[in-house]
Amino acid sequence: MPDLDLTAVAPNVAPGAAAPATAPSTRSKRHGVHFLNLLRYAAVLAGAVVMLFPFLWTVITSITPEGSLAGGPTLIVKNPTLAAYRTLLDTLPMWRILVNSLWVAVASTLLQLVTGSMAAYGFARLPFKGKNVVFALYLATLMVPMQVLVVPLFIEMKTLNLQDTYMALLAPSIASAFGVFLLRQAVESVPRELDEAATIDGAGHLRIFTTIILPLIRPALATVAVFAFMGSWNSFLWPLVVIRSPEFMTLPLGLATLHGQFTTEWDVVMAGSVFSILPIAVAYLLAQRHIIAGVAHTGIK
Amino acid sequence: MTTRARWRKAGWVLFFLAPSAVPLLLFTVAPMVSSVWVSLNRWNLISPMEWVGFDNYRSLLTDPQTHTVFLHTLVYCVGYLPLVFAGGLGLALALNQRLAGRSFFRAAYFLPVVTSWVVVALVWKWLLNPTNGLVNTLLGAVGLPQPGWWTDPTWALPAVILSSAWKDLGFVMVIMLAGLQAIPGDILEAATADGANAWQRFWRITLPLLSPSTFFVVVISLINGFQVFDQVYVMTGGGPSGSSQVVVGQVYDLTFRYGRAGEASALSWILFSVILLITAVQIRGQRRWVHYA
Repeated sequence: MPDLDLTAVAPNVAPGAAAPATAPSTRSKRHGVHFLNLLRYAAVLAGAVVMLFPFLWTVITSITPEGSLAGGPTLIVKNPTLAAYRTLLDTLPMWRILVNSLWVAVASTLLQLVTGSMAAYGFARLPFKGKNVVFALYLATLMVPMQVLVVPLFIEMKTLNLQDTYMALLAPSIASAFGVFLLRQAVESVPRELDEAATIDGAGHLRIFTTIILPLIRPALATVAVFAFMGSWNSFLWPLVVIRSPEFMTLPLGLATLHGQFTTEWDVVMAGSVFSILPIAVAYLLAQRHIIAGVAHTGIK
Repeated sequence: MTTRARWRKAGWVLFFLAPSAVPLLLFTVAPMVSSVWVSLNRWNLISPMEWVGFDNYRSLLTDPQTHTVFLHTLVYCVGYLPLVFAGGLGLALALNQRLAGRSFFRAAYFLPVVTSWVVVALVWKWLLNPTNGLVNTLLGAVGLPQPGWWTDPTWALPAVILSSAWKDLGFVMVIMLAGLQAIPGDILEAATADGANAWQRFWRITLPLLSPSTFFVVVISLINGFQVFDQVYVMTGGGPSGSSQVVVGQVYDLTFRYGRAGEASALSWILFSVILLITAVQIRGQRRWVHYA
């Protein structure tokens, strides 16, 4: 999942409208066509198996009794057990870690939506001196990767006494230049006449921003939300550096720690994996269309 | 404009920009600037810094270890990119036509994309377990050799590449599918009417018209590929015996294992310059092969 998007544009296309504009393949009545279709279906099916089976295998491993793993797990588990999950919950405060992950992801998503849309309005609608320079500076921060920031940011957190806090986890993702960039494009695409009409009616910036702009840039907000949430949910390097105590760990860090303790007990490690996949998989299944549309639209020129 | 009106205007600018500008200044710009500073010093994170000028850069550029980690990172990119691109394009082409259960397949292929790198690395570390992992069990069943994967210096990097490609296949597919759907159907129809067969249509029309999406995928994949870390850290820890150590892994180890923060910062800036250079070259070169309709 890329967190850098230099060429991201076209947020004004509504997600959810992922048009199934099937290329109308001219149906020739040759004999080969039927066979080709069968072949295509077989390939698509095989692809799905390759993509989905590892998830099933993870679940199977997690409920296989530890002793029977040595010969490799089998598709049908003889004596399924939840022992691995018990070990998992005894080793790390997994529920708390799950809540941490959720809370940090939701908070950073909301923060990025608020800070990003406000900045987008500022850049798109407020005339001020040096605007282009300031915007270029925003874009410059987009290009600096996390590993450049890791050492000084870690020191900064240490000096501010923020190590092992939620604030430390949130700090680098309160605002994202990527979000500002994407949302500015969306605000620009809202006709100015709408603002002007509202100004005549006596509306100030705040009213225009909240009642006119925000509702009209909802698709772009959704795209930013998807990227912000996934970015935070999956982030590993920064939590690895700044978090030590299990109470503030997020799921990826918790899992890596678990693996460090149970290097060969794959049932426990897979139980942890299931534990961390499940919530995101459910969220994904519910919002699947919007998530895919949001990602797809960053790639369209 | 009266002074009061001007202050009001400045106030609004501040009101809308400060919420993003302040955190970006504090948590991105400030660390960025101090990272430059750190890279010019010798520093173990504890005792006072010692100014060394460009020595860190100079010693890194001649250090064989630097060359090795860059080489591994390059091998990762070179192995990973064709896999995700060919796989993602193939799936996108297959899904770009009427097909029963199309949205199910699309959703299935995309599931690994929303799964975190750490989970993907662990699941694949288990699948590629040399002794009782699923992949080697299957390979053995059909009489093929069973590599040691992440326990074997030759196979550690390929193991990482394989799992990374698996995770990102769905992402590439979604981008390529969006590109395919933007190709006007009448162009393809006209070509068919002119007697172009499927093969010719693909190479002469679909692929060139898809080039903006291809460009996007290549640029993003290389930017991310050069920063590969999570899956390497979890799967191999850079081993066995450094055989899969990548640049960001080296930055991490230099800082937190060897207490050489100055060199780590310098290395991160070298990596940043390399990424910047590669991206700039691609953006310059795009005129030659990217066709915007």
